[in-house]
Amino acid sequence: MMKVLVAVKRVVDYTVKVHTKPDGSDVDIANVKMSMNPFDEIAVEQAIQMKESGAASEIILVSVGDKKSAETLRHGLALGADRAILVNTSANRTESLGVAKVLKAVADREGTELILLGKQAIDDDCNQTAQMLAGLLNWPQATFASDINADGQSATVVREIDGGLETVVCPMPCVVSVDLRLNEPRYATLPNIMKSKQKPLEELEADQLKPGLEGDLAPRLELLKVAPPSQRQAGEMVESIDELVSKLVTAKVI
Amino acid sequence: MKTLVLAEFDTHSIKPATLSTITAAQQLSSSIDVVLVGECADNIVEQAKQIVGIDRVLVANSDFKTAEPVCEVMLNMRDEYSCFMAPATTYGKNIMPRLAARLDVMQLSDIIKVVDEQTFVRPIYAGNIMATYRCQQPQKVITVRPTAFAAATAGGNASVEMMDIAEAAVSSKFVKLEAPDSARPELGDAEVVVSGGRALQSKENFKLIEELADTLNAAIGATRAAVDAGYVPNDYQVGQTGKVVAPKLYIAVGISGAIQHLAGMKDSQVIVAINKDADAPIFQVSDYGLVGDLFEIVPELTKKLQQRRAAA
Repeated sequence: MMKVLVAVKRVVDYTVKVHTKPDGSDVDIANVKMSMNPFDEIAVEQAIQMKESGAASEIILVSVGDKKSAETLRHGLALGADRAILVNTSANRTESLGVAKVLKAVADREGTELILLGKQAIDDDCNQTAQMLAGLLNWPQATFASDINADGQSATVVREIDGGLETVVCPMPCVVSVDLRLNEPRYATLPNIMKSKQKPLEELEADQLKPGLEGDLAPRLELLKVAPPSQRQAGEMVESIDELVSKLVTAKVI
Repeated sequence: MKTLVLAEFDTHSIKPATLSTITAAQQLSSSIDVVLVGECADNIVEQAKQIVGIDRVLVANSDFKTAEPVCEVMLNMRDEYSCFMAPATTYGKNIMPRLAARLDVMQLSDIIKVVDEQTFVRPIYAGNIMATYRCQQPQKVITVRPTAFAAATAGGNASVEMMDIAEAAVSSKFVKLEAPDSARPELGDAEVVVSGGRALQSKENFKLIEELADTLNAAIGATRAAVDAGYVPNDYQVGQTGKVVAPKLYIAVGISGAIQHLAGMKDSQVIVAINKDADAPIFQVSDYGLVGDLFEIVPELTKKLQQRRAAA
């Protein structure tokens, strides 16, 4: 039976419309609602289903961030994970490469066979961490999973790619990133929220995990400025289908 | 600066996304090589060498289909290049971060603008925010949003070199690809895209979108909500977490215009919106808006376009 590690990120809730700070130096996320990255929630759900089916023995959550990420981990514990690890960092902006290095250190310490992550975080939209982690561990990878069938030996994964659905088999241990259609995450029930408060949540500094990791978390890229996207001009309203067709003919697009 | 572009191609052709990536590469690099990894038939190599603006085509003819060995092929050339680029398609997204980690480089994903050799713009927060980053790492790894750059043209004559290849030590194994059985153009490459949203209400009703699309020889797109509801497969999804398209004509049917969807289509040349809610945000970005019931409008529009085509 497998130990499954699931990496989760605390991000601005998907319903929040974010704005830039007045000086354009960064996004203003003070006092906005934060939640677990929705793709990571799908990864957590996958792990829980694997435990329910008997394929997984233990679900370990990990998050890299400030102390508030403990809330996100508690939510995952309420959903059904067994224990959680919060790797604290003072870096005010983390990047996929640094996070992947921390996750590698956690995977090395825990000896997990399967690592699940969301395919991308909805804040920086990088879509990198899973692939980077697989590269650092030199493990096989399967990204954008819409179906995962894993036993102790291998994981058969259906990947959502541009050309259709691709099936790959990953020998264990491996890293899998999950896509939208893999499952529909459950809600945490009140009894489970209460129970989750008793579940172990270990907090440690990056350097306690492995000396030098805090330095690895320093951003490599310099964020120069942020700005709202250029707006497209609204066009005209047409009154009928005939008018629409004639406009499209004039515009030479049909 | 020397740049290596990882080409995406199928059995017929080099993907247009690759050509856009080469255009982006030209904006920061004076010397560009292109690497083909996979089953490289003569027609593909021939097409590649004709791309304007590249020096060499490196051919790694192999059965490599998964990220791990493709990454190894590029790692073997790590000392020759200071920049590695690929299209931000599921192909490039799968491979490049793995390469970046092995090179100990933080990747720039999905760039939409090259400001200078070190400065790039990329969308974050589902396209709500454009972020400008400076990258001073000795090597760069970059994926490029294809719709943000014009395609490099044909007419060049690059040299071709065959490469020695070695298997990756560990790798996932390719089993099969189930491609949608369709004569429709691919979403990323289509000149016309017809997309449907949650307002279609069911998988069956998506037939209305299919009929309109087939009349226009268009690809079919959908919102994340429609995908979530199971009306269509995920590869139809247009938006920040799906595909980014910029066709000549984009017809949005029953789509309110969530920012995550707009991020995937707002660079289209002409946008048509059909929605019963006159206040829907989609009308803010559309060139032509028609307010009304899609279940009446779409079949009639399809019929009129068919009649027009029959008369032509």
